[in-house]
Amino acid sequence: MIELQHIEKIYHTASGDLHALKDINLTINEGEIFGIIGLSGAGKSTLVRCINMLEKPTSGKVIVDGQEMTALGEEQLRKARQNIGMIFQHFNLLSSRTVYGNIAFPLEIQGMDKASIQKKVAPLLELVGLSDRADHYPSQLSGGQKQRVGIARALASDPKVLLCDEATSALDPQTTESILSLLRDINKRLHITIVMITHQMNVVKEICDRVAVIENGEIIEQGSMVDIFTNPQKATTKEFVASIQHNDLPDFVKKLDIHKEYRPGDKALVSLSFIGDSAGEPIVSVLIKQYDTNVNILTANIETLQDTPFGTLLIEVEGDEAHLKKALDYLHERKVKDEVIGYVS
Amino acid sequence: MSPNMIHLLIKALGETLYMVALSAAIASLFGIPLGVILTITGKGHIKENAALHKTLGSIVNALRSVPFIILMVAIIPLTRLIVGSSIGTTAAIVPLTISCTPFISRIIESSLLEVDPGVIEAAQSMGASPMQIIWKVLLPEAMHSIVLGITLAVISLIGSSAMAGALGGGGLGDLAIRYGYQRFQADTMVATVIVLIVLVQVVQTIGNRISAKLNKTKIK
Repeated sequence: MIELQHIEKIYHTASGDLHALKDINLTINEGEIFGIIGLSGAGKSTLVRCINMLEKPTSGKVIVDGQEMTALGEEQLRKARQNIGMIFQHFNLLSSRTVYGNIAFPLEIQGMDKASIQKKVAPLLELVGLSDRADHYPSQLSGGQKQRVGIARALASDPKVLLCDEATSALDPQTTESILSLLRDINKRLHITIVMITHQMNVVKEICDRVAVIENGEIIEQGSMVDIFTNPQKATTKEFVASIQHNDLPDFVKKLDIHKEYRPGDKALVSLSFIGDSAGEPIVSVLIKQYDTNVNILTANIETLQDTPFGTLLIEVEGDEAHLKKALDYLHERKVKDEVIGYVS
Repeated sequence: MSPNMIHLLIKALGETLYMVALSAAIASLFGIPLGVILTITGKGHIKENAALHKTLGSIVNALRSVPFIILMVAIIPLTRLIVGSSIGTTAAIVPLTISCTPFISRIIESSLLEVDPGVIEAAQSMGASPMQIIWKVLLPEAMHSIVLGITLAVISLIGSSAMAGALGGGGLGDLAIRYGYQRFQADTMVATVIVLIVLVQVVQTIGNRISAKLNKTKIK
């Protein structure tokens, strides 16, 4: 649905050139929810604006729904943009228009007559649950309601693509949750392709099918959400994943004297992650029975990522040196992801 | 105060209202589009054009740096060309308009610059043309602030019109100078000043009311 080929964006500023996007290549499939995650200043806002050409790439090709955006003239570009809805972090509603007027706005721009507009706006109000707020002004709405108006407005022209620029960053967690479920619902019902720009990993985890990680204007990693989440490769990606996993060492463990080298009599501190049915093997009982070690479970956590269970376990393994080594080797050979955090006495 | 004086006062008020209303209308007619052009040709705006922006900006600044009383005398030939005379209430409208137009254009510019760039971007993302952005986004979103600005311009016109009166334009200024000052009629002077104060209060109050009605950002 969306294809970005060798996108470069260079800003010429007084203090020299700023290379905002470097050779970006992305393919976003029809009907999927694609996340682009990065820290602020990574270039994600510029990247999403290249898709509807609010930012013109310095070089490279943008193709949306078979149309090469980068080759269009102004008039054609305006037409093409009607096919791409966009919602914003700060909603960007017209303060002088009511909820109804805001949703009618893109239709007025297309020159639709009043009666047709009315027919279009009513179901949209219903879709976003604001039928009783049609005559309210944005200043009378909560943040979540404003974003709902933004979504209805973006959907008014029946776009094939919806771009979300930090759409939930200004909202509290509960409201974020409800907006995300609305977006998921829209994606399923209208089969609309959604591109989510965010710095919040929980947003990606909540609704994205695939995700790309952007850093310093480059895509450093991309893949399915489950892959990125369970097996992050780059440091930034790992940080994002860690930011929502509550597998930080608990305080009582942090207080222990953790050291990297084994000293006689030490116990090994190991974190294990399981994805899907890799948990088939009874690892803990094998450690105890076959390797003659004692296992103490410190913390355990299980989450579901798009129907795939994902568990983490922090254990302490106790035994004599030879057994302990064999036990750790055994863990290493399993399909579980293991990490020896250190040793404690 | 004699009935004759009251009659003069009413006549003068009528002349002032005529001068101010007509020059405010004509100045808005030119000043608003000029302000829109100044805004949209600015850096990073929807029709960025540095050359045009700079040229118009310089002209506006030049006109605004000439004190009204000098401008009025300096453009007498132009005034004569347009209305056929350089003296009188109608003649005063030419310098009043010329001095007010750049003022209004700057007021419009500053009002339009207050419109959230995010809202303009949103309109662009929907495929709005520059004309649609001006008519459907910039002007409506800034309207409450524009109304306050025009109110300010009208009040400043009331002041200038008194000066125009001193140079044969008629109106309240003329009355105050000729009767109040030159004939030492203190009561006429006081009456004129009171009428001016009331006039300014009324204009400001009307402006505030309309602006508040148009401002939807503070509705609760």
